[in-house]
Order: sequence, then C-alpha cells, then structure tokens
Amino acid sequence: MSAPVALVLVSHSTYLARGVAELAAQMAPDVVIRTAAGGPDGGLGTSFDTVQAAITAALDTVGATVPDDGGSPRARGGVVVLADLGSSVLTVETVLELDESLAGSVVLARGPFVEGAVAAAVTAHGGATLDEVVASALDAAHSFSPAGTPGGAGGPAWAGGAGGEADAGGERPASDTVTGRVTVRNPLGLHARPAALVSRKVAELGAKVRVDGVDASSVLQLMALGAIEGRELTVEAEGLGAAEAVRVVVGMIEGGFGEI
Amino acid sequence: MTLDADWAERWVRRAAEAVEAAKDELTELDRQIGDGDHGENMHRGFQAVVARLDAAAADTGSDTAAPGGSAREVGDVLKTVATTLMSTVGGASGPLYGTAFLRASKVSGRPLLDPSSIVALLEAALEGITTRGKATVGEKTMVDAWSAAVDAAERTARDGGDEVAVLRAAAEAADKAAFGTIPLLATKGRASYLGERSRGHEDPGARSTALLLGAAMAAALAGPGGAA
Ligand SMILES: [Mg+2]
Repeated sequence: MSAPVALVLVSHSTYLARGVAELAAQMAPDVVIRTAAGGPDGGLGTSFDTVQAAITAALDTVGATVPDDGGSPRARGGVVVLADLGSSVLTVETVLELDESLAGSVVLARGPFVEGAVAAAVTAHGGATLDEVVASALDAAHSFSPAGTPGGAGGPAWAGGAGGEADAGGERPASDTVTGRVTVRNPLGLHARPAALVSRKVAELGAKVRVDGVDASSVLQLMALGAIEGRELTVEAEGLGAAEAVRVVVGMIEGGFGEI
Repeated sequence: MTLDADWAERWVRRAAEAVEAAKDELTELDRQIGDGDHGENMHRGFQAVVARLDAAAADTGSDTAAPGGSAREVGDVLKTVATTLMSTVGGASGPLYGTAFLRASKVSGRPLLDPSSIVALLEAALEGITTRGKATVGEKTMVDAWSAAVDAAERTARDGGDEVAVLRAAAEAADKAAFGTIPLLATKGRASYLGERSRGHEDPGARSTALLLGAAMAAALAGPGGAA
C-alpha cells in the first residue's frame, strides 16, 4: 500500500530529476515519486505534455479524489509537485490552470528542489495529508539556516509551533515534558538514513519530539544537527505518549541504527 | 481590411516565417543573458503551429469546398496556437506565449475584429503573461514589449485609428520597447541571475514579441492571398 501523497519532480534536466528522485526514494520507499524532465526535443527544458502526463499518472496511483462533501480539499491524499527553475514552475502552473480536475488534489510546492523533495517524501512516507507534505517541502527552505544550533531561539523547530516555544532553558511547565539523554554511538551519527528512521518513527508515534531543540519529525533538521559519534543529545517530548516517544527515540539512537 | 480568422491564420504563418528568419538572432540574444534556447524553442513551436494549421486546412478543404465562406472565429485559430505552443516550445516562453494566446483567444470568439477588439486581444495576452510570469514593466522581459504595444494600440484606437493603424502602432511600440530593454537590469527569469551583467543586452522575449506583433501588422496589410 503506497502513501496517500505522491510526488512529481519537474526539472530541466533528466539527470537532476532522477538523482533527486533516487535520493528521496531511499528515505521513503513507499512513496510514489514520478519525474518529468527535459524539453519537447529531449534536451534541457520543460515539456508541458510530459509534466501533464507525470502529474496524471501520479494522481492515478494515489487515487485522490476531490471531496464533494465540502470538506477540506487537501485533507486527504493527492500529488505534491516540486519544480527546479523558471520554466518548470511556469509549466506546472499552466498545467494546473488548464486542467481544472486537478484543482485541490495537486499542489505545486515552491520549496527548494532537493531539500523540499526529500522532506516531502519523508513526510509523505509517514502517511501525512497533502497539506502536511506541502508544508514540509516549504519548510525545507529553513534547512539552509543553522536550525540545529542549541538554544537557537525562535527557529522553525516546531512545524505547528503555536506559542509555548521555550528555549533550551525550559520555560515550559515541566509537568508535561519528558526529557531523556543519549549519546550517539554509530560513527556517522544522524546522517540521512538514521535521520529518516527517527523522523518516520516520530511521525508514527504522533508525539511532539525534539532532539537538541529541533523537530524530530523533520529529517532535514535532524541531519542539520550534524550529530556524530560521541555527541550527547537531549530528547524531549510533550503531550500524549511523551514518555513512550522519548524512550523509543533514545533507544533507537542508543542502538546505533545497526551501524556499530 | 477585415481582421477575421483568415487574417489570424496569415498572422501566425507569417510569425513562423519571421521566427525562422530570426532564429539565430534570438538564440544569440538568449545565449548572452539566458540559456541560449529561445530561437530553437520558438522555431520548433511555430513550425508545429504551421503543421497543425496545414493539417486543419487539409481536413476542411476536403469537406467544405467553400473558399472564403469560413465560419471560423479568430479565437479558434488563436486557441490552436496556444495549445500547440504550450506543448512544443519547451522554455519559459512556452507557457508564457501559450497563456497569452489562450487568453487572447477567449476574448476573440467572433468572426471579425474591430479596433477595440484588437486592443482587447492584446490586453488579454498581456494579462496572461503577467499572470503567468509575475513580471512588471521595466524588468527586462517580454512584458515590456507587450505592455508598450497595448498602450499604443489603446491610444490609436481611442483616436479613431482603424484596424491596421492599431496593429501598426502596437508593432512599432513593441519594437521600440524591445530595443529599450537593452540598458535595463534583469530582475526576472534566467537573466536575473546575471545581475548587473544583464545590462547591455536586448531581452530575447521582448524581441520575439516584436516579431510576432510585426507579423500581425504585415498580415493585415497584405490582405487575403496577397503577397507581402
Ligand atoms: Mg531560454
């Protein structure tokens, strides 16, 4: 069973699209990722027909429907499109404008191509909705800023962070926060694969978990920590299932991800 | 001069010839401040448009052998141009010109255009381009040429100019505006990555716009079956 949200990567270059698709798929094997790359003559460029075909094919795989019950059109599955440069973006917008049946189930996320695709794929892999996957692709732009700096105030660490964003000093009520500490044991630490494993698990558990202040459901933020062997990490969680979430995440990091 | 669907067809056939003749020039302009594919892309697109028109002519030619009795509307021709360009051009100009011709086709659902409907056609095209490309005047894009064309066409129509005068004003203004992009700093599109180095070069999209509008005027001047 594939994830309810599929991705389409639109690039001027076949190599670029395939490479990014490969990178994203490694971390999200259950997500359908299609590419639309190259111009009508097969060289660098963008082809309307290719883009349209890829979007339609991706939509078929997730069987998305535009709700007719007046509910949030993006509460369910659909297709998230990422595009690299100018004409890719313009072509996707044109395809979406001309085919009204795509409205509501296909969204162009104007996030960074590589980071956005990886973040979107990992988020989609956790079974997220269309809106959540789009948000993760857009949020990936923040991966260029030092999100992992400890105590980095007001960073985008929490996707839904409405209020109560305490810094490392901890102004949150201690009562609903559970904290654990763990030392990284595998040499490469939280590189792509372990970061993906942790973020997927966190998404699955449903609790809000932070590792050294960053949102543990974000694979990019975990990777940005640059945490390698020997680094001590603080794992915090709050809300329902917080204790269990901390225990699981600490256990995963402690276990070394099968790399020791 | 009657601006009907046959005029629209003559227009785009002439545009295809103009693009073919200027293919290398457009490519060279794009090579200087872009990715060097504009001539090739536009040529491919307009050759495909001509092929479509030829195929359509062959079809109707066998069914209805009534020359001149065409019930086609101007918008029908423009819509064919729009969808063909979208599918075949490949660069940013595919969706930009495609959207321009599509919007233009929607306001041209009539057998004949008068001066004010030419203004409406040009306005719709400009609106399509700005919606798609989000550029404004002065950013060294095709918007500069289209926008100058719309202003000139409006003025001429308001002053009582006929169809040909309106098209001539639009074409001349677009040509002048294309040259006018040379000193400008590009802030949209691929050229914007060059920053200051984008100055001193003519924008290829503004130049191709001038070619297209020049072809519209020439098609009106030549009349049905008339040689250039
Ligand atoms: Mg180009």
